[in-house]
Amino acid sequence: MQLILCPHCGPREETEFCYGGEAGVPYPDDPSVLDDEQWARFVFVRANPKGAFTERWSHAAGCRRWFTAVRDTRTHRFLDVESIGASQPPTTPRR
Amino acid sequence: MTTTATAAPGAHLPEHLDFLWRSPEPEKAYDVVIVGGGGHGLATAHYLARNHGITNVAVLEKGWLAGGNMARNTTLIRSNYLWDESAGIYEHALKLWEGLEEDLGYPILFSQRGVLNLAHTEQDVRDSVRRVEANKLNGIDAEWLGPDEVAKVCPIVNVSSDIRYPVQGATYQPRAGIAKHDYVAWGFARRADEAGIDLIQHCEVTGFHVGGRDGDSVTTVRTTRGDIACGTLALCAAGHSSTLLDQLGIAAPLQSHPLQALVSELLEPVHPTIVMSNAVHVYVSQAHKGELVMGAGVDSYVGYGQRGAFHVIERQMAAAVELFPVFARAHLLRSWAGVVDVTPDASPIVGRTPYDNVFLNCGWGTGGFKATPGLGWAFADTVAHGRPHPLIAPFGLDRFVTGALVDEHGAAAVAH
Repeated sequence: MQLILCPHCGPREETEFCYGGEAGVPYPDDPSVLDDEQWARFVFVRANPKGAFTERWSHAAGCRRWFTAVRDTRTHRFLDVESIGASQPPTTPRR
Repeated sequence: MTTTATAAPGAHLPEHLDFLWRSPEPEKAYDVVIVGGGGHGLATAHYLARNHGITNVAVLEKGWLAGGNMARNTTLIRSNYLWDESAGIYEHALKLWEGLEEDLGYPILFSQRGVLNLAHTEQDVRDSVRRVEANKLNGIDAEWLGPDEVAKVCPIVNVSSDIRYPVQGATYQPRAGIAKHDYVAWGFARRADEAGIDLIQHCEVTGFHVGGRDGDSVTTVRTTRGDIACGTLALCAAGHSSTLLDQLGIAAPLQSHPLQALVSELLEPVHPTIVMSNAVHVYVSQAHKGELVMGAGVDSYVGYGQRGAFHVIERQMAAAVELFPVFARAHLLRSWAGVVDVTPDASPIVGRTPYDNVFLNCGWGTGGFKATPGLGWAFADTVAHGRPHPLIAPFGLDRFVTGALVDEHGAAAVAH
Protein backbone atom coordinates (compact mmCIF):
# COMPACT_ATOMS: atom_id res chain seq x y z
CA MET A 1 0.00 0.00 0.00
CA GLN A 2 1.42 3.34 -0.89
CA LEU A 3 0.95 6.75 0.66
CA ILE A 4 -0.71 9.37 -1.50
CA LEU A 5 -0.04 13.04 -0.80
CA CYS A 6 -3.40 14.75 -0.52
CA PRO A 7 -2.74 18.43 -1.29
CA HIS A 8 -5.13 19.37 1.51
CA CYS A 9 -4.42 16.75 4.22
CA GLY A 10 -0.90 15.51 3.62
CA PRO A 11 0.21 11.90 3.09
CA ARG A 12 -2.52 9.31 3.65
CA GLU A 13 -2.97 5.64 2.86
CA GLU A 14 -4.11 4.66 -0.61
CA THR A 15 -7.29 3.04 0.74
CA GLU A 16 -8.62 6.50 1.65
CA PHE A 17 -8.68 7.57 -2.00
CA CYS A 18 -10.92 7.00 -4.98
CA TYR A 19 -9.74 7.07 -8.56
CA GLY A 20 -11.34 9.45 -11.02
CA GLY A 21 -9.57 8.64 -14.28
CA GLU A 22 -8.09 11.05 -16.77
CA ALA A 23 -8.02 14.74 -15.81
CA GLY A 24 -8.72 17.65 -18.09
CA VAL A 25 -11.45 16.16 -20.25
CA PRO A 26 -13.61 19.22 -20.92
CA TYR A 27 -17.36 18.98 -21.41
CA PRO A 28 -18.08 20.00 -25.00
CA ASP A 29 -18.84 23.71 -25.38
CA ASP A 30 -21.84 22.95 -27.56
CA PRO A 31 -22.81 19.27 -27.33
CA SER A 32 -25.56 19.65 -29.91
CA VAL A 33 -23.09 20.28 -32.73
CA LEU A 34 -21.12 17.09 -32.07
CA ASP A 35 -21.65 14.22 -34.48
CA ASP A 36 -21.94 10.65 -33.19
CA GLU A 37 -18.24 9.97 -33.60
CA GLN A 38 -17.20 13.10 -31.68
CA TRP A 39 -19.75 12.35 -28.97
CA ALA A 40 -18.53 8.74 -28.65
CA ARG A 41 -14.99 10.01 -28.31
CA PHE A 42 -15.98 12.39 -25.52
CA VAL A 43 -18.05 9.79 -23.66
CA PHE A 44 -15.86 6.70 -24.04
CA VAL A 45 -12.30 7.44 -25.11
CA ARG A 46 -9.70 8.30 -22.50
CA ALA A 47 -5.93 8.39 -22.78
CA ASN A 48 -4.27 5.16 -21.67
CA PRO A 49 -0.58 6.03 -21.62
CA LYS A 50 2.28 3.85 -20.48
CA GLY A 51 4.13 6.54 -18.52
CA ALA A 52 3.10 9.87 -17.01
CA PHE A 53 -0.67 10.22 -16.72
CA THR A 54 -2.53 13.29 -15.43
CA GLU A 55 -5.57 12.11 -13.54
CA ARG A 56 -8.16 12.95 -10.91
CA TRP A 57 -8.24 11.46 -7.44
CA SER A 58 -10.64 12.07 -4.59
CA HIS A 59 -9.68 11.88 -0.92
CA ALA A 60 -12.96 10.05 -0.34
CA ALA A 61 -12.36 8.93 3.25
CA GLY A 62 -10.70 12.21 4.29
CA CYS A 63 -11.43 15.76 3.18
CA ARG A 64 -13.56 14.42 0.28
CA ARG A 65 -12.01 16.91 -2.11
CA TRP A 66 -10.88 16.17 -5.64
CA PHE A 67 -7.35 16.92 -6.79
CA THR A 68 -5.13 16.37 -9.78
CA ALA A 69 -2.15 14.04 -9.79
CA VAL A 70 0.52 13.08 -12.27
CA ARG A 71 1.39 9.42 -11.88
CA ASP A 72 3.69 7.07 -13.76
CA THR A 73 1.48 4.18 -14.87
CA ARG A 74 4.54 1.90 -15.23
CA THR A 75 5.60 2.18 -11.58
CA HIS A 76 2.29 3.50 -10.11
CA ARG A 77 4.44 6.17 -8.42
CA PHE A 78 2.97 9.64 -7.92
CA LEU A 79 5.10 12.32 -9.55
CA ASP A 80 3.09 15.39 -8.62
CA VAL A 81 -0.16 16.42 -6.95
CA GLU A 82 -2.05 19.70 -7.25
CA SER A 83 -5.28 20.93 -5.76
CA ILE A 84 -7.72 21.68 -8.53
CA GLY A 85 -7.42 25.27 -9.66
CA ALA A 86 -4.01 25.88 -8.02
CA SER A 87 -2.37 25.64 -11.40
CA GLN A 88 -2.83 23.44 -14.39
CA PRO A 89 -0.51 20.44 -14.55
CA PRO A 90 0.14 19.31 -18.10
CA THR A 91 -2.67 17.09 -19.33
CA THR A 92 -1.99 13.90 -21.20
CA PRO A 93 -1.77 14.69 -24.91
CA ARG A 94 -4.95 13.86 -26.81
CA ARG A 95 -4.77 11.43 -29.68
CA MET B 1 32.28 -53.96 -4.84
CA THR B 2 29.69 -54.62 -7.50
CA THR B 3 27.64 -52.27 -9.63
CA THR B 4 24.05 -53.00 -10.48
CA ALA B 5 23.00 -53.12 -14.10
CA THR B 6 19.66 -51.44 -13.51
CA ALA B 7 18.98 -48.25 -15.43
CA ALA B 8 18.32 -44.93 -13.75
CA PRO B 9 14.71 -44.27 -12.78
CA GLY B 10 12.78 -42.88 -15.73
CA ALA B 11 15.42 -43.93 -18.27
CA HIS B 12 12.77 -45.80 -20.25
CA LEU B 13 10.81 -42.61 -20.78
CA PRO B 14 11.27 -40.62 -24.01
CA GLU B 15 13.77 -37.79 -23.86
CA HIS B 16 12.33 -34.34 -23.44
CA LEU B 17 12.47 -32.32 -26.61
CA ASP B 18 15.04 -29.55 -26.41
CA PHE B 19 12.62 -27.16 -28.09
CA LEU B 20 8.91 -27.34 -28.90
CA TRP B 21 9.26 -24.77 -31.67
CA ARG B 22 11.96 -23.17 -33.80
CA SER B 23 13.35 -19.75 -33.01
CA PRO B 24 13.76 -18.32 -36.51
CA GLU B 25 15.22 -15.05 -37.70
CA PRO B 26 12.43 -12.83 -39.05
CA GLU B 27 11.92 -12.79 -42.83
CA LYS B 28 11.63 -9.49 -44.68
CA ALA B 29 7.92 -9.96 -45.38
CA TYR B 30 4.93 -12.10 -44.42
CA ASP B 31 1.37 -12.43 -45.69
CA VAL B 32 0.13 -12.00 -42.12
CA VAL B 33 1.93 -10.44 -39.18
CA ILE B 34 0.37 -11.05 -35.77
CA VAL B 35 1.54 -8.72 -32.99
CA GLY B 36 1.41 -10.45 -29.61
CA GLY B 37 2.54 -14.01 -28.86
CA GLY B 38 0.08 -14.73 -26.11
CA GLY B 39 -2.83 -17.12 -26.19
CA HIS B 40 -4.90 -15.13 -28.66
CA GLY B 41 -2.01 -14.47 -31.05
CA LEU B 42 -0.90 -18.11 -31.02
CA ALA B 43 -4.45 -19.43 -31.40
CA THR B 44 -5.04 -17.08 -34.32
CA ALA B 45 -1.84 -18.34 -35.94
CA HIS B 46 -2.87 -21.98 -35.41
CA TYR B 47 -6.33 -21.54 -36.94
CA LEU B 48 -4.94 -19.50 -39.85
CA ALA B 49 -2.89 -22.56 -40.76
CA ARG B 50 -5.44 -25.22 -39.76
CA ASN B 51 -8.63 -23.73 -41.18
CA HIS B 52 -7.38 -21.51 -43.99
CA GLY B 53 -4.02 -22.93 -45.11
CA ILE B 54 -2.34 -19.57 -44.47
CA THR B 55 1.15 -20.30 -43.17
CA ASN B 56 3.31 -17.40 -44.38
CA VAL B 57 2.70 -15.86 -40.98
CA ALA B 58 4.85 -14.33 -38.25
CA VAL B 59 3.87 -13.94 -34.61
CA LEU B 60 5.88 -11.12 -33.03
CA GLU B 61 6.33 -11.22 -29.27
CA LYS B 62 8.21 -8.53 -27.37
CA GLY B 63 9.06 -10.86 -24.47
CA TRP B 64 8.82 -14.64 -24.46
CA LEU B 65 5.88 -16.60 -25.80
CA ALA B 66 2.83 -16.51 -23.55
CA GLY B 67 4.70 -14.62 -20.82
CA GLY B 68 2.12 -11.86 -20.34
CA ASN B 69 -1.48 -12.40 -19.29
CA MET B 70 -1.37 -15.97 -20.61
CA ALA B 71 1.07 -16.78 -17.79
CA ARG B 72 -0.88 -14.81 -15.20
CA ASN B 73 -4.54 -15.69 -15.53
CA THR B 74 -6.60 -17.95 -13.30
CA THR B 75 -7.49 -20.34 -16.18
CA LEU B 76 -11.26 -20.36 -15.63
CA ILE B 77 -13.26 -21.48 -18.65
CA ARG B 78 -17.04 -21.01 -18.83
CA SER B 79 -19.63 -19.67 -21.24
CA ASN B 80 -22.51 -18.63 -18.96
CA TYR B 81 -22.71 -15.03 -20.17
CA LEU B 82 -26.01 -13.18 -20.30
CA TRP B 83 -26.17 -11.63 -23.77
CA ASP B 84 -26.53 -13.60 -27.01
CA GLU B 85 -23.43 -11.98 -28.51
CA SER B 86 -21.22 -13.03 -25.58
CA ALA B 87 -22.81 -16.46 -25.28
CA GLY B 88 -22.06 -17.01 -28.97
CA ILE B 89 -18.32 -16.46 -28.83
CA TYR B 90 -17.74 -17.99 -25.38
CA GLU B 91 -19.81 -21.11 -26.10
CA HIS B 92 -18.01 -21.55 -29.43
CA ALA B 93 -14.78 -21.37 -27.43
CA LEU B 94 -16.01 -23.89 -24.86
CA LYS B 95 -16.94 -26.37 -27.59
CA LEU B 96 -13.43 -25.99 -29.04
CA TRP B 97 -11.89 -26.45 -25.57
CA GLU B 98 -13.73 -29.78 -25.37
CA GLY B 99 -11.80 -31.08 -28.39
CA LEU B 100 -8.61 -29.06 -28.07
CA GLU B 101 -6.31 -31.79 -26.77
CA GLU B 102 -7.04 -33.92 -29.83
CA ASP B 103 -6.75 -30.94 -32.18
CA LEU B 104 -3.41 -29.83 -30.77
CA GLY B 105 -2.06 -33.31 -30.05
CA TYR B 106 -0.87 -31.92 -26.76
CA PRO B 107 -2.10 -32.37 -23.19
CA ILE B 108 -3.75 -29.23 -21.81
CA LEU B 109 -5.22 -30.76 -18.63
CA PHE B 110 -8.70 -29.43 -19.44
CA SER B 111 -10.86 -30.44 -16.50
CA GLN B 112 -14.60 -29.81 -16.72
CA ARG B 113 -15.34 -29.51 -13.04
CA GLY B 114 -18.17 -26.99 -13.26
CA VAL B 115 -18.58 -23.44 -12.00
CA LEU B 116 -20.81 -22.11 -9.24
CA ASN B 117 -21.64 -18.40 -9.40
CA LEU B 118 -22.97 -17.56 -5.96
CA ALA B 119 -25.87 -15.24 -5.26
CA HIS B 120 -25.94 -13.41 -1.93
CA THR B 121 -28.81 -10.96 -2.23
CA GLU B 122 -32.33 -10.97 -3.63
CA GLN B 123 -31.15 -8.94 -6.59
CA ASP B 124 -28.32 -11.43 -7.14
CA VAL B 125 -30.91 -14.22 -7.16
CA ARG B 126 -33.12 -12.45 -9.70
CA ASP B 127 -30.15 -11.64 -11.97
CA SER B 128 -28.80 -15.17 -11.68
CA VAL B 129 -32.09 -16.89 -12.50
CA ARG B 130 -32.50 -14.57 -15.46
CA ARG B 131 -29.00 -15.48 -16.66
CA VAL B 132 -29.71 -19.20 -16.27
CA GLU B 133 -32.80 -18.87 -18.47
CA ALA B 134 -30.89 -16.77 -21.02
CA ASN B 135 -28.14 -19.40 -21.08
CA LYS B 136 -30.67 -22.20 -21.65
CA LEU B 137 -32.18 -20.32 -24.58
CA ASN B 138 -28.69 -20.18 -26.08
CA GLY B 139 -28.21 -23.91 -25.63
CA ILE B 140 -25.73 -23.46 -22.79
CA ASP B 141 -25.88 -25.83 -19.84
CA ALA B 142 -27.04 -23.88 -16.81
CA GLU B 143 -29.10 -24.52 -13.74
CA TRP B 144 -30.15 -22.73 -10.58
CA LEU B 145 -29.17 -24.40 -7.29
CA GLY B 146 -30.43 -23.65 -3.79
CA PRO B 147 -28.00 -23.41 -0.86
CA ASP B 148 -28.36 -27.13 0.00
CA GLU B 149 -27.58 -28.12 -3.57
CA VAL B 150 -24.60 -25.74 -3.57
CA ALA B 151 -23.26 -27.58 -0.53
CA LYS B 152 -23.63 -30.89 -2.37
CA VAL B 153 -21.59 -29.65 -5.33
CA CYS B 154 -18.97 -27.95 -3.17
CA PRO B 155 -19.11 -29.10 0.49
CA ILE B 156 -16.54 -26.58 1.73
CA VAL B 157 -18.64 -23.53 0.85
CA ASN B 158 -20.12 -21.96 3.95
CA VAL B 159 -23.87 -21.96 3.28
CA SER B 160 -24.89 -21.15 6.86
CA SER B 161 -27.16 -18.19 7.36
CA ASP B 162 -25.04 -16.50 10.02
CA ILE B 163 -22.44 -14.91 7.75
CA ARG B 164 -22.50 -11.33 6.56
CA TYR B 165 -23.68 -12.20 3.04
CA PRO B 166 -25.34 -15.65 3.25
CA VAL B 167 -25.32 -17.81 0.14
CA GLN B 168 -28.85 -17.75 -1.26
CA GLY B 169 -28.09 -20.05 -4.13
CA ALA B 170 -25.93 -20.26 -7.21
CA THR B 171 -25.97 -20.74 -10.93
CA TYR B 172 -24.16 -23.90 -12.01
CA GLN B 173 -22.56 -24.64 -15.36
CA PRO B 174 -21.27 -28.23 -15.22
CA ARG B 175 -19.27 -27.99 -18.47
CA ALA B 176 -17.13 -25.12 -17.18
CA GLY B 177 -13.58 -25.97 -16.15
CA ILE B 178 -9.93 -25.14 -15.92
CA ALA B 179 -6.92 -25.91 -18.12
CA LYS B 180 -3.16 -25.67 -17.72
CA HIS B 181 -2.50 -22.28 -19.29
CA ASP B 182 1.16 -22.86 -20.19
CA TYR B 183 0.35 -26.15 -21.91
CA VAL B 184 -2.41 -24.44 -23.88
CA ALA B 185 0.06 -21.85 -25.17
CA TRP B 186 2.72 -24.45 -25.90
CA GLY B 187 0.21 -26.66 -27.72
CA PHE B 188 -0.88 -23.81 -29.99
CA ALA B 189 2.73 -22.68 -30.50
CA ARG B 190 3.94 -26.17 -31.40
CA ARG B 191 1.20 -26.73 -33.96
CA ALA B 192 1.68 -23.27 -35.50
CA ASP B 193 5.41 -23.89 -35.72
CA GLU B 194 4.88 -27.31 -37.32
CA ALA B 195 2.71 -25.62 -39.96
CA GLY B 196 5.64 -23.35 -40.85
CA ILE B 197 4.58 -20.22 -38.98
CA ASP B 198 7.47 -18.19 -37.55
CA LEU B 199 7.21 -17.45 -33.83
CA ILE B 200 9.60 -14.57 -33.23
CA GLN B 201 10.34 -13.77 -29.62
CA HIS B 202 12.12 -10.74 -28.15
CA CYS B 203 10.85 -8.73 -31.09
CA GLU B 204 9.13 -5.54 -29.96
CA VAL B 205 7.08 -3.45 -32.36
CA THR B 206 8.41 0.11 -32.34
CA GLY B 207 6.30 1.67 -35.07
CA PHE B 208 4.40 1.26 -38.32
CA HIS B 209 4.88 2.47 -41.84
CA VAL B 210 1.60 3.55 -43.37
CA GLY B 211 1.20 3.42 -47.13
CA GLY B 212 -1.35 2.39 -49.71
CA ARG B 213 -3.28 4.70 -51.99
CA ASP B 214 -4.49 7.18 -49.38
CA GLY B 215 -2.48 6.04 -46.40
CA ASP B 216 -5.17 3.46 -45.78
CA SER B 217 -2.97 0.48 -45.03
CA VAL B 218 0.04 -0.49 -42.96
CA THR B 219 2.80 -1.75 -45.23
CA THR B 220 5.60 -2.37 -42.76
CA VAL B 221 5.95 -3.12 -39.07
CA ARG B 222 9.04 -1.60 -37.46
CA THR B 223 10.55 -3.83 -34.80
CA THR B 224 13.62 -4.15 -32.63
CA ARG B 225 14.69 -6.90 -35.03
CA GLY B 226 14.26 -4.90 -38.22
CA ASP B 227 11.45 -3.87 -40.53
CA ILE B 228 8.94 -6.54 -41.52
CA ALA B 229 6.53 -6.00 -44.41
CA CYS B 230 3.00 -7.31 -43.92
CA GLY B 231 0.09 -8.16 -46.17
CA THR B 232 -2.34 -8.13 -43.26
CA LEU B 233 -1.66 -6.99 -39.71
CA ALA B 234 -3.47 -8.58 -36.76
CA LEU B 235 -3.09 -6.92 -33.36
CA CYS B 236 -3.38 -9.19 -30.28
CA ALA B 237 -1.48 -7.16 -27.69
CA ALA B 238 -4.03 -7.27 -24.82
CA GLY B 239 -3.05 -4.81 -22.05
CA HIS B 240 -0.52 -3.07 -24.29
CA SER B 241 -2.91 -2.53 -27.21
CA SER B 242 -3.14 1.21 -26.53
CA THR B 243 0.61 1.63 -27.01
CA LEU B 244 0.21 0.21 -30.54
CA LEU B 245 -3.05 1.99 -31.34
CA ASP B 246 -1.62 5.35 -30.26
CA GLN B 247 1.12 4.90 -32.87
CA LEU B 248 -1.52 4.16 -35.50
CA GLY B 249 -3.64 7.14 -34.44
CA ILE B 250 -6.61 4.90 -33.62
CA ALA B 251 -8.70 6.11 -30.68
CA ALA B 252 -10.02 3.10 -28.78
CA PRO B 253 -11.85 3.19 -25.44
CA LEU B 254 -9.36 1.10 -23.50
CA GLN B 255 -8.02 1.50 -19.99
CA SER B 256 -5.26 -0.85 -18.84
CA HIS B 257 -5.52 -1.96 -15.23
CA PRO B 258 -3.55 -4.33 -13.01
CA LEU B 259 -5.48 -7.53 -12.29
CA GLN B 260 -4.13 -9.54 -9.40
CA ALA B 261 -4.25 -13.23 -8.66
CA LEU B 262 -2.60 -15.47 -6.12
CA VAL B 263 -2.01 -19.07 -5.13
CA SER B 264 -1.78 -20.88 -1.82
CA GLU B 265 0.72 -23.59 -0.99
CA LEU B 266 -0.07 -27.10 -2.26
CA LEU B 267 -3.00 -28.65 -0.41
CA GLU B 268 -4.86 -31.95 -0.50
CA PRO B 269 -7.79 -31.92 -2.92
CA VAL B 270 -10.50 -30.04 -1.03
CA HIS B 271 -12.20 -28.01 -3.74
CA PRO B 272 -13.94 -30.05 -6.44
CA THR B 273 -15.27 -27.23 -8.61
CA ILE B 274 -14.90 -23.50 -9.33
CA VAL B 275 -16.65 -20.99 -7.10
CA MET B 276 -17.14 -17.38 -8.07
CA SER B 277 -18.83 -14.70 -6.04
CA ASN B 278 -19.73 -11.42 -7.61
CA ALA B 279 -21.00 -9.76 -4.44
CA VAL B 280 -18.15 -10.50 -2.03
CA HIS B 281 -15.81 -10.66 -5.01
CA VAL B 282 -13.49 -13.59 -5.10
CA TYR B 283 -13.15 -16.60 -7.37
CA VAL B 284 -11.47 -19.82 -6.38
CA SER B 285 -10.45 -23.09 -7.95
CA GLN B 286 -7.87 -25.69 -7.03
CA ALA B 287 -5.18 -26.38 -9.60
CA HIS B 288 -4.17 -29.91 -10.57
CA LYS B 289 -1.07 -29.78 -8.37
CA GLY B 290 -3.12 -28.62 -5.38
CA GLU B 291 -2.70 -24.86 -5.11
CA LEU B 292 -5.80 -22.83 -4.45
CA VAL B 293 -5.93 -20.27 -7.26
CA MET B 294 -7.79 -17.08 -6.44
CA GLY B 295 -8.50 -13.80 -8.15
CA ALA B 296 -10.67 -10.75 -7.77
CA GLY B 297 -11.41 -7.53 -9.61
CA VAL B 298 -9.01 -5.08 -11.16
CA ASP B 299 -7.11 -2.45 -9.20
CA SER B 300 -8.91 0.86 -9.63
CA TYR B 301 -6.25 2.85 -11.43
CA VAL B 302 -4.64 2.66 -14.84
CA GLY B 303 -1.40 0.73 -14.48
CA TYR B 304 1.09 -1.17 -16.60
CA GLY B 305 3.19 -2.26 -13.62
CA GLN B 306 2.23 -5.97 -13.48
CA ARG B 307 1.71 -5.63 -9.75
CA GLY B 308 -1.17 -4.34 -7.68
CA ALA B 309 -1.97 -2.95 -4.27
CA PHE B 310 -1.96 -5.15 -1.19
CA HIS B 311 -5.30 -3.93 0.14
CA VAL B 312 -7.02 -5.42 -2.91
CA ILE B 313 -5.64 -8.85 -2.05
CA GLU B 314 -6.50 -8.36 1.61
CA ARG B 315 -10.15 -7.72 0.76
CA GLN B 316 -10.22 -10.69 -1.56
CA MET B 317 -8.79 -12.97 1.15
CA ALA B 318 -11.35 -11.72 3.65
CA ALA B 319 -14.08 -12.76 1.21
CA ALA B 320 -12.43 -16.13 0.59
CA VAL B 321 -12.15 -16.98 4.28
CA GLU B 322 -15.76 -15.98 4.90
CA LEU B 323 -16.96 -18.26 2.11
CA PHE B 324 -14.47 -21.06 2.81
CA PRO B 325 -13.66 -21.18 6.55
CA VAL B 326 -11.41 -24.19 5.82
CA PHE B 327 -8.99 -21.83 4.05
CA ALA B 328 -8.25 -19.85 7.21
CA ARG B 329 -4.97 -21.68 7.89
CA ALA B 330 -3.80 -21.83 4.27
CA HIS B 331 -0.71 -19.83 3.41
CA LEU B 332 -0.47 -17.48 0.50
CA LEU B 333 2.47 -18.58 -1.60
CA ARG B 334 2.64 -16.09 -4.44
CA SER B 335 0.71 -13.16 -5.83
CA TRP B 336 1.17 -11.31 -9.10
CA ALA B 337 -0.69 -9.11 -11.56
CA GLY B 338 -1.32 -8.96 -15.25
CA VAL B 339 -2.23 -5.87 -17.27
CA VAL B 340 -5.77 -6.13 -18.60
CA ASP B 341 -7.35 -3.78 -21.13
CA VAL B 342 -10.86 -2.93 -20.01
CA THR B 343 -13.59 -1.42 -22.19
CA PRO B 344 -16.57 0.70 -21.13
CA ASP B 345 -19.06 -2.16 -21.68
CA ALA B 346 -16.76 -4.96 -20.42
CA SER B 347 -16.91 -6.65 -23.82
CA PRO B 348 -13.96 -7.10 -26.19
CA ILE B 349 -13.14 -5.04 -29.25
CA VAL B 350 -12.54 -7.25 -32.28
CA GLY B 351 -12.72 -6.46 -35.96
CA ARG B 352 -11.91 -3.75 -38.46
CA THR B 353 -9.84 -0.61 -37.97
CA PRO B 354 -9.66 2.53 -40.11
CA TYR B 355 -6.84 0.76 -42.02
CA ASP B 356 -7.93 -1.71 -44.72
CA ASN B 357 -5.41 -4.39 -43.80
CA VAL B 358 -5.28 -3.99 -40.02
CA PHE B 359 -7.53 -6.05 -37.74
CA LEU B 360 -7.84 -5.46 -34.04
CA ASN B 361 -8.36 -7.87 -31.15
CA CYS B 362 -8.26 -6.34 -27.68
CA GLY B 363 -10.39 -5.25 -24.74
CA TRP B 364 -10.97 -8.72 -23.31
CA GLY B 365 -10.33 -7.27 -19.87
CA THR B 366 -10.46 -9.97 -17.24
CA GLY B 367 -11.94 -12.68 -19.47
CA GLY B 368 -9.60 -13.37 -22.35
CA PHE B 369 -8.22 -16.81 -21.46
CA LYS B 370 -11.52 -18.67 -21.71
CA ALA B 371 -12.10 -17.25 -25.17
CA THR B 372 -8.69 -18.28 -26.53
CA PRO B 373 -9.68 -21.00 -29.03
CA GLY B 374 -12.98 -19.36 -29.98
CA LEU B 375 -11.37 -16.01 -30.61
CA GLY B 376 -8.48 -17.63 -32.48
CA TRP B 377 -10.95 -19.43 -34.72
CA ALA B 378 -13.09 -16.36 -35.45
CA PHE B 379 -10.20 -13.90 -35.71
CA ALA B 380 -8.26 -16.15 -38.11
CA ASP B 381 -11.38 -16.33 -40.27
CA THR B 382 -11.68 -12.53 -40.09
CA VAL B 383 -8.06 -12.06 -41.17
CA ALA B 384 -8.33 -14.70 -43.91
CA HIS B 385 -11.47 -13.21 -45.48
CA GLY B 386 -10.92 -9.54 -44.69
CA ARG B 387 -14.28 -9.13 -42.92
CA PRO B 388 -15.53 -9.81 -39.39
CA HIS B 389 -16.55 -13.40 -38.65
CA PRO B 390 -20.22 -13.45 -37.55
CA LEU B 391 -19.28 -14.43 -33.98
CA ILE B 392 -17.12 -11.34 -33.49
CA ALA B 393 -19.13 -8.95 -35.69
CA PRO B 394 -21.06 -7.50 -32.68
CA PHE B 395 -17.77 -6.50 -31.04
CA GLY B 396 -16.51 -3.94 -33.56
CA LEU B 397 -14.97 -0.64 -32.54
CA ASP B 398 -17.89 1.13 -34.24
CA ARG B 399 -20.34 0.00 -31.52
CA PHE B 400 -19.23 2.91 -29.36
CA VAL B 401 -20.46 5.28 -32.08
CA THR B 402 -23.67 3.43 -32.96
CA GLY B 403 -24.49 2.75 -29.31
CA ALA B 404 -24.93 -1.01 -29.83
CA LEU B 405 -22.98 -1.86 -26.69
CA VAL B 406 -22.77 -5.43 -25.35
CA ASP B 407 -23.10 -4.53 -21.70
CA GLU B 408 -21.65 -7.40 -19.68
CA HIS B 409 -20.90 -5.23 -16.62
CA GLY B 410 -22.32 -7.15 -13.73
CA ALA B 411 -24.56 -9.10 -16.06
CA ALA B 412 -21.71 -11.50 -16.69
CA ALA B 413 -21.12 -13.84 -13.85
CA VAL B 414 -18.54 -11.57 -12.26
CA ALA B 415 -18.19 -7.80 -12.06
CA HIS B 416 -15.34 -6.23 -13.96
